[in-house]
Amino acid sequence: MPAPAESATPTALPKPAMTRLAAIGLGRFRRASRTERREWLLALILLTPALVMLGLFVAYPFVRGIWLGLLDSVVGREGDFVGLRNYVKLWNDDIFRRAAANTFIYTGFATSLKLTLGMIVALMLNNLIGWKRILRASMLLPWIVPTVLSTLAWKWMFDPTFSIVNWILYHLGFIRLRIDWLGGPVMAMGSVILVNVWRGTPFFAITLLAGLQTINPDVYEAASIDGANPWQRFWRVTWPLLMPVTTVVMLFSVIQTFADFQLVYILTGGGPANSTHLFATYAYQIGVATGKLGEGAAASLAMFPFLFLVVIFQLWYIRRGEGGRGSA
Amino acid sequence: MAAVSGARWKRWLSLYLPLGAFVIGTLFPFYYMAVTSVRPDQEMYIPWNRPHFAPFWTLAPTLEHFALLFRETLFARWLLNTLIISVLSTAIALVCGLLAAYALARLRFPMGGALGSGIFVTYLVPQTLLFIPLGEVIRSFRLSDSLWALILTYPTFLIPFCTWLLMGYFRTIPKELEECAQIDGATRVQAMVRIVFPVAMPGILSAGIFAFTHAWNEFIYALVFLSSATNKTIPIGVVSELVRGDTFFWGPLMAGALLGSVPVAFIYSFFVEQYVSAMTGAVKG
Repeated sequence: MPAPAESATPTALPKPAMTRLAAIGLGRFRRASRTERREWLLALILLTPALVMLGLFVAYPFVRGIWLGLLDSVVGREGDFVGLRNYVKLWNDDIFRRAAANTFIYTGFATSLKLTLGMIVALMLNNLIGWKRILRASMLLPWIVPTVLSTLAWKWMFDPTFSIVNWILYHLGFIRLRIDWLGGPVMAMGSVILVNVWRGTPFFAITLLAGLQTINPDVYEAASIDGANPWQRFWRVTWPLLMPVTTVVMLFSVIQTFADFQLVYILTGGGPANSTHLFATYAYQIGVATGKLGEGAAASLAMFPFLFLVVIFQLWYIRRGEGGRGSA
Repeated sequence: MAAVSGARWKRWLSLYLPLGAFVIGTLFPFYYMAVTSVRPDQEMYIPWNRPHFAPFWTLAPTLEHFALLFRETLFARWLLNTLIISVLSTAIALVCGLLAAYALARLRFPMGGALGSGIFVTYLVPQTLLFIPLGEVIRSFRLSDSLWALILTYPTFLIPFCTWLLMGYFRTIPKELEECAQIDGATRVQAMVRIVFPVAMPGILSAGIFAFTHAWNEFIYALVFLSSATNKTIPIGVVSELVRGDTFFWGPLMAGALLGSVPVAFIYSFFVEQYVSAMTGAVKG
């Protein structure tokens, strides 16, 4: 820009070269900082709507939830400060302990099954020549249809007296007596996991397929020439190359499964005899159904430490990935 | 010749059969939902081990369950509510997400990286973590039992996703495009609105479709924040009005489930590619 240069020239004449350079540098900094400041202002304006929404309806409720967990509030009464009494009460509550254990069992079994099945389906789809698009589209239906509505269909399929699943198994010769799918604690948990796997596998299959399609086929060819069999090709080539996608998909799925509510709410309602509760359904039962807001808030916040660890791991993993890409 | 037919046989066994079984398993609940919705009641409640029971089809299809849905429940109203809530919350999320994504992807400012991470973290916050205190917040804003409770809270899980997806999309648009516009005399904001946003249209569409299906799917906020029958969304209305204690009215329930699924499935069928790219894009980051 000419203006600062002109103003610098007359005063600069008697000064040594170093000072002149410094003056130009300072001018440049001032100019840059003006556009910079305008850029900051624009960024602030653009970010405001999102930050206001997230502040009002995520950050504020979060803080309020921590506070609420320390009160003995019930619906219609503000409640008094009770310190950690809600948490102590939950810790000594057998149903809550059962719910906590269930949540980990549910998350562990469901996500590992989804990963295994999803990987198998993705590998098969990747080998398929025609039909890929139509199969992919129809496979995703469980994922897009409202979970509660498809879970109702499952509830009907698991009906103790009219179960179609029993009918099929009976006529295929697998069973002689009816299976009470949602009757006993173990069976009910298994059925809930089955429906979760049914709903979540497409997500794994489609995202892993997208990952598979980015792998250069030459790599496989090289591996076959080196005498690797399909099993070795998968574990030595595909699996490591797919690892970034797999990790992120797994982390997403772990968070969603861990915090699940709808499947259990519809299929078992936490029963029989409170044996299939998860954190979220039990928090709902305490906080909404019986109206003990403080205790309910504490029960759902009990999910936080685990979720926090997963998120930290995920952030670390993504950052690491970015660093790797930058240096490559 | 023998080798070729052997390979084909192997391909059937390792590929087509398992894949076919998987697809049948995936789609069967929807088929059964549809069959149940048109099956007359006297045919429905027959014990599973009775002979001559054909559960896979019905020879006397009826629309009675659908009629009951519209005659005796507020299903039409629930459908409208769900539509209004999904469209408005998606629109809010897209506007907020688009602006935030542009700032995070294109502008340099202090704390930019931290803010990006912060938005990503809210993307990972599940609804079930905050529904009780959020219900209190909604009550103190006097929004309880109003559609606005959902229109304003759904963007909280849609904005982070839209922002994340669109940030990725903006990064693929070359900076030179804007710089050219600015050299031609456009301001930064003009370049953003007239050049970058139109080019990002496919990304916006993907994010919109994905957000819409998410909003249509949401359950726990709707369950907790709404109470009167006229304000319910489809999943809540169906579950609360067609299940009385231990009695499930399976015909109308399945009819409602089918009708509640068809709109999203219909929209999805037109935009499968956008949907898939949003889904895989969200994972790649």
